[in-house]
Amino acid sequence: MNQKVLLNSKEVNIILNRLACQLIEKHLDFSDTILIGIQPRGTFLAKRLKEILENEYQIPNIALGYLDITFFRDDFRRANKSLEANKTQIDFLVENKKVIFIDDVLYTGRSIRAALTAIQSFGRPSGIELLTLIDRRFSRDLPIQPDYRGRQVDAINGEKVKVCWVEQDGEDGVYLETN
Amino acid sequence: MSELSVNHLLGIKYINKKDIDLIFETADHFKEVINRPIKKVPSLRDITIANIFFENSTRTKLSFELAQKRLSADVISFSAAQSSVKKGETLIDTVNNILSMKVDMVVMRHANPGAAYFLSKNVKASIVNAGDGAHEHPTQALLDSYSIREKLGDVAGKKVVIVGDILHSRVALSNIYALQMQGAEVKVCGPKTLIPRYIESLGVTVEPNLRKALEWCDVANMLRVQNERMDVNFFPSTREYAQQYGVDKALLDSLDKEIVIMHPGPINRGVEITSDVADSQQSVILNQVENGVAIRMAVIYLLASKIQ
Repeated sequence: MNQKVLLNSKEVNIILNRLACQLIEKHLDFSDTILIGIQPRGTFLAKRLKEILENEYQIPNIALGYLDITFFRDDFRRANKSLEANKTQIDFLVENKKVIFIDDVLYTGRSIRAALTAIQSFGRPSGIELLTLIDRRFSRDLPIQPDYRGRQVDAINGEKVKVCWVEQDGEDGVYLETN
Repeated sequence: MSELSVNHLLGIKYINKKDIDLIFETADHFKEVINRPIKKVPSLRDITIANIFFENSTRTKLSFELAQKRLSADVISFSAAQSSVKKGETLIDTVNNILSMKVDMVVMRHANPGAAYFLSKNVKASIVNAGDGAHEHPTQALLDSYSIREKLGDVAGKKVVIVGDILHSRVALSNIYALQMQGAEVKVCGPKTLIPRYIESLGVTVEPNLRKALEWCDVANMLRVQNERMDVNFFPSTREYAQQYGVDKALLDSLDKEIVIMHPGPINRGVEITSDVADSQQSVILNQVENGVAIRMAVIYLLASKIQ
């Protein structure tokens, strides 16, 4: 397996800061805004953005939840491997709030399609936006695009974009893996 | 994530500890789902399930139906009282007729032990046993263990006494299997006439004295006296049974520790347990009912994921 570094730890952190600033531009004090990390890997990014917003830009009390989309996926009984569920943790209603979905990689768009359905179980948001660290261009199955993107990547279908986080993998970084 | 080792849930006897752990983990997620403002997920949109009940049931049938609907499955329900079974149709014919309407899964309750096993060998559908005579009632045992895990943190190492009509009880047998598989210690307690003769061969001990059994245990699972299955008198009178084997508040309060009281329902208030016990803080009877939906969602979801 070949591995190519797309972003190193420093670059990831510059991008996270830029994304945080773009969020502030649009959402100011986040009083009506909710961050939702998409399980499993979007949660690290969501938590990290919240930390930056709180520590470096002094915006307190940002609502953060985690959404698991397993039971809303469109490949139940179609995928080769069984689908593993993760914990959903949304302790507030999203009724009339601005929701920002946060995920590490946007690929086919099917996870986000599932998340759009899943979030309805918690109320009717006034609007939903999408933030992804990596946007894989030319790979979309559905008409879904990010509102905030870290880096656009051109990768073919056999390749895998892997996002690593300090909390989980020991270091921040984005890699392109080819078999 | 692993998947279940079986394609049917016929009894606890046929599954293993890993299966139980997987069902519990999945049930945790579904318990969160059923506490959302909108309590439904679309996973089983393309699955049709038939609930076939040859014996009366309120709670189990409702619980299964609700679980199926919360998973967005299409559901048909059928009670033997209004069916062609009365006209002499065989079980396989009845079920095959239902399956030819493109049904993927069958949840069945039947008075004959082994009916679900028999069906699984003879028809092409995933079978869930919702009680077969005095044999097994696997989802009840799973939800009982799940409720113990929720209340006490773990099932392993806990002491559980099953009190009452062990002889006629499928809940007792499934519970014994499930509890032992998870490392709990099990005693049974009841009048000698209602304890099966070779029960010790399952690795449980018999304690004829209720007070001693309660002093020993962490959890008491109080079974219902199944009058409908008794063709002879197993004890002199209901009053005498209640005096010997019924739990009241005074008895509970006289123990030196607080034990958890469970009951699979329906309760004969004043026989197995008095009203003040059933409605007390120590009773988890209503939690059992809530957990029943989550457990059944997990079982159906996991079995459905194996349907080709």
